[in-house]
Amino acid sequence: MNNELAKKIILPILVFIAILGVWSSIANVVEDFPTPSDTYVAAFGGTNADGDEITGVLADPFYVENQDDKGLFWQIMESLKRVFAGFILAILVGVPLGLLIGMSRNAQYAFDPFIQIFKPVSPLAWLPLLLFIFQDINLTAISTIFITSIWPIIINTALGVKSVNEDYMNVAKVLRFTPIEKVMQIILPVAVPFIFTGMRLSLGIAWLVIVAAEMLTGGIGIGFWIWDEYNNLNYHNIIIGIIVVGLIGFLLDVIMGKIADYFDYTKKGRA
Amino acid sequence: MGKQKFLHLENIEKRFPILGKEDYIAVTNVNLEIKKNEIISIIGHSGCGKSTLLNMISGLDKETEGYIFLKGKEIVGPGPDRAVVFQNHSLLPWLTVYQNIEMAVKKVMPELSSPELRERVERYVSMVNLDHAKDKLPSEISGGMKQRVGIARALSINPDVLLMDEPFGALDSLTRANLQEHLMRIQQSVENTVIIITHDIDEAVLLSDRVIMMTNGPEATIGEILEVNLPRPRNRVELQHNEEYIRCREAILSFLYEKFAKEDE
Ligand SMILES: Nc1ncnc2c1ncn2[C@@H]1O[C@H](COP(=O)(O)OP(=O)(O)OP(=O)(O)O)[C@@H](O)[C@H]1O
Ligand SMILES: [Mg+2]
Repeated sequence: MNNELAKKIILPILVFIAILGVWSSIANVVEDFPTPSDTYVAAFGGTNADGDEITGVLADPFYVENQDDKGLFWQIMESLKRVFAGFILAILVGVPLGLLIGMSRNAQYAFDPFIQIFKPVSPLAWLPLLLFIFQDINLTAISTIFITSIWPIIINTALGVKSVNEDYMNVAKVLRFTPIEKVMQIILPVAVPFIFTGMRLSLGIAWLVIVAAEMLTGGIGIGFWIWDEYNNLNYHNIIIGIIVVGLIGFLLDVIMGKIADYFDYTKKGRA
Repeated sequence: MGKQKFLHLENIEKRFPILGKEDYIAVTNVNLEIKKNEIISIIGHSGCGKSTLLNMISGLDKETEGYIFLKGKEIVGPGPDRAVVFQNHSLLPWLTVYQNIEMAVKKVMPELSSPELRERVERYVSMVNLDHAKDKLPSEISGGMKQRVGIARALSINPDVLLMDEPFGALDSLTRANLQEHLMRIQQSVENTVIIITHDIDEAVLLSDRVIMMTNGPEATIGEILEVNLPRPRNRVELQHNEEYIRCREAILSFLYEKFAKEDE
């Protein structure tokens, strides 16, 4: 047991060291590529290789210089706001649509071809069209997230409804449940874990999309910030941005996973 | 009321359409009258149409010919007056034992006050001796206990008829015997009309007033009806040497394995 725990700590450290090694050798070969230590200083502050004293971007993430120059925290908040706006919209539309498709064969026939066609379309393809429609950064980002993250919600919700055991429906028939009672008391409890799986996938996509969307729309947000740092030749900040995006995406996934487990009756007794 | 028949099947036929072929006639020409508080079992080889027959009585399936009347009213669709105990218990896995029964009672008897509701649910939990498990989820109790909850849930809504499709089929023989005892004890106290589908000859004789023996399909129908003239309460051990019990067993055996033996397909 303890041996197992030691491995879980030591092995990732070994990989981390290997990554630093590869990174250092890339920095050796590619001109101007930031070294790990430069990047560390850029993140947390200190004295860099040129002997300059700097405050790191992570050391002071809350600063507000002006409307266009804000700390990393505010950039991330802007991105999260858009992500959640698009994500919640996707839930509000996707869950009822998924329920409908799961319950009605006709609805399935009607919608399925379009789901299959639109699902694989890259957010980058939607973006120009939506930008043209809305002419607004926020609305474009939100609607891009909506349209690319809604599919897993629809598909998983419908799958959840389909997985309702025939026997449960027979129980409902014998008891003469109304359609609403069927949905609330039989279908939703079965489908909710599936819906949350869909939401988890969807939130992952939304977070993936936001970075690309903001690079193209500009303004404020973590995606634009990374692009801006590229234009300012602050390459170390790009690396910091990547790590931050990854950590936040991981955190979102863990939180969604916990929420999903809470509503999954197969995982534990319900409150 | 007076002369009115209780449960009455008249010239029942069920055909299933089969794509590109002639209809499959599962059962035909079934006529049966069941008295109030009678316990009937239906026995027959696999595929003869026992479930089909029961599903038409429950209303989950519709006969293609004939009529089924319960207390003088034709049966159209399922309803709580005909409670069903399904073979695989079909408890809702996210509800506790108590909640599974409560859900049914609440729906069928919306007029009950909450103390009355609780009293009723608890009475039926006790009836199948599950007080200690009432707050457990179905996944936390044994197969036999689940089936007991299924029976309690079915009885809790005070049905006219209790329909059971191989209720103990998935259980080992000891648990099965135990549930048969439960069922007989409950039947003594609440009196109900019960129709049980079974594959088990001893179960049929032990539990029923009459055993309906079905011929093989296609176009299966009622072959013979056997009256079991054994007093209740019945004791399975004492019955082993009872002449009437032995006669009934032999009658069913000879029906199933001589008159309507099933060739291996
Ligand atoms: N929906 C259906 N469509 C076509 N044929 C069906 C359908 N349902 C049942 N059948 C056929 O009707 C016959 C009777 O089926 P049924 O399930 O009633 O048999 P059973 O006596 O309950 O058998 P078992 O003892 O195995 O449960 C079978 O031959 C079956 O294949
Ligand atoms: Mg059957």
